Amino acid sequence: MNVLEVKNLTKSFGDHQVIKGVSFTLKQGEVLVLIGSSGSGKTTLLRCLNFLETPDGGIVNVLGEDVFNAALHRKLTEKMLRDRRLHFGLVFQSFNLFPQHNVLKNVTLAPLLRLKEKKLPKAEMKKAQEEIIENGKQLISMVGLSDKLDAYPCTLSGGQQQRVAIARALALNPDILCFDEPTSALDPELTGEVLRVIRSLKDQGRTMIVVTHEMEFAKNVADHVIYMADGVIEEEGTPADVFDNPQSERTKAFLAAGKK
Amino acid sequence: MEFWPLIYELCEGFSLTLKLFALTLVFSIPLGFICSFAAMSPFKPLSWLMNGIIWIVRGTPLLLQCIIVTFIPSTLLDMPNKDFAAMLHIDTMADLQFLFVLIAFSLNYACYFAVIFEGGIKNVSVGQHEAGQVLGMTKGQIFRHVILMQVVRKITAPMSNEIITLVKDTALARALSVVEIIAVAYQNVNKFAVLSPLIYASVFYLAFSGILTIVFHLVEKKLSYYTV
Repeated sequence: MNVLEVKNLTKSFGDHQVIKGVSFTLKQGEVLVLIGSSGSGKTTLLRCLNFLETPDGGIVNVLGEDVFNAALHRKLTEKMLRDRRLHFGLVFQSFNLFPQHNVLKNVTLAPLLRLKEKKLPKAEMKKAQEEIIENGKQLISMVGLSDKLDAYPCTLSGGQQQRVAIARALALNPDILCFDEPTSALDPELTGEVLRVIRSLKDQGRTMIVVTHEMEFAKNVADHVIYMADGVIEEEGTPADVFDNPQSERTKAFLAAGKK
Repeated sequence: MEFWPLIYELCEGFSLTLKLFALTLVFSIPLGFICSFAAMSPFKPLSWLMNGIIWIVRGTPLLLQCIIVTFIPSTLLDMPNKDFAAMLHIDTMADLQFLFVLIAFSLNYACYFAVIFEGGIKNVSVGQHEAGQVLGMTKGQIFRHVILMQVVRKITAPMSNEIITLVKDTALARALSVVEIIAVAYQNVNKFAVLSPLIYASVFYLAFSGILTIVFHLVEKKLSYYTV
């Protein structure tokens, strides 16, 4: 079953068209890796899916429901937007943890605030809060940071911060978890720990979209690879297709440049 | 001139100084917040208007603003200040003068605070807003639970500067016949032809700004449990 179906997505900034009609589908448990040089539109694509940018055209369908359709609702109400964007989670290149909150609070803040809005009876509320905190602790332990529950982000290494950011994105249990160059801001020796977490998420059956420059990792974790150039899908296929047997000249040139 | 009666008189004057100081903060901080949002408004005419007001208020002397405020009832409402006081159920002219000074101070400091708040809010990285957004928080939740405390921390130092300046600016109220501590000290200087009342008055200011310095130091220390 298709979890995500993107049809003919377009996005311009002023006169500059960054995404020029991108379409793809993603199945349950599949990992899609987006590669391409800077400025090819990968990050903008992720930002469109997460409603950080509003596409100019196209359709985004999640689990059979059009969460975005440029032709129908150009302006979404904030409430609609909030519910819809929760289909997606996003892990940023620069982590963007909340510096004034400790690790556990970073992970549980959003779900706790959401719960508060529900106005449940006191006893139920308390129980639900405890569940959220318990779930948060489990996620933090899954990314290997159980001993850092009370630590503030500034005391963590980049790799640890990014793992907290992954736990935070998982706390709302998104259907599709997106990563925007999750290791680009990290020292080389710290990328491994983050990639291992992403790898283990794949093994748990998470549906994910990963923008990355780590070609080895892409080859290893991807079920499907899309190479983007100038806002279009230049080439796509299985890792074997794209990495070992590229058809397009541009893909060949891009992969060759990476090997140097 | 006897020492203790003089100190008592100065204390009375200083209580008015403190009253002006405290009330100015009470009104100017919330007003400054509103002004900072107006200045940052995506609705351009509002933002231009607010920035224009801030430019005028910050670009002219506070003393001048105090004087202008006293002329508002007579020019705008065509009403002598005495009738204006009666309309507001203010009994004495001294109270009316105090009200004028308070209005001028509150507007003036609101504009300074607005600029500080605006700087603090803009200084929080876009990534913090976006992180809140992708986690499905409302704008209000993001501001309250993510942005606000980061702003508070960023503005503590510039706010402490302004607030300590305010302590000393209260001396301007004397120009509108508000009998604050400098006015009291000056009356005694003239009466007894000695300088000491002014020296004593300065000790009051020093002590108070010393206390504020310690308070702000503690606040900064409390907020510095993390770095960005």
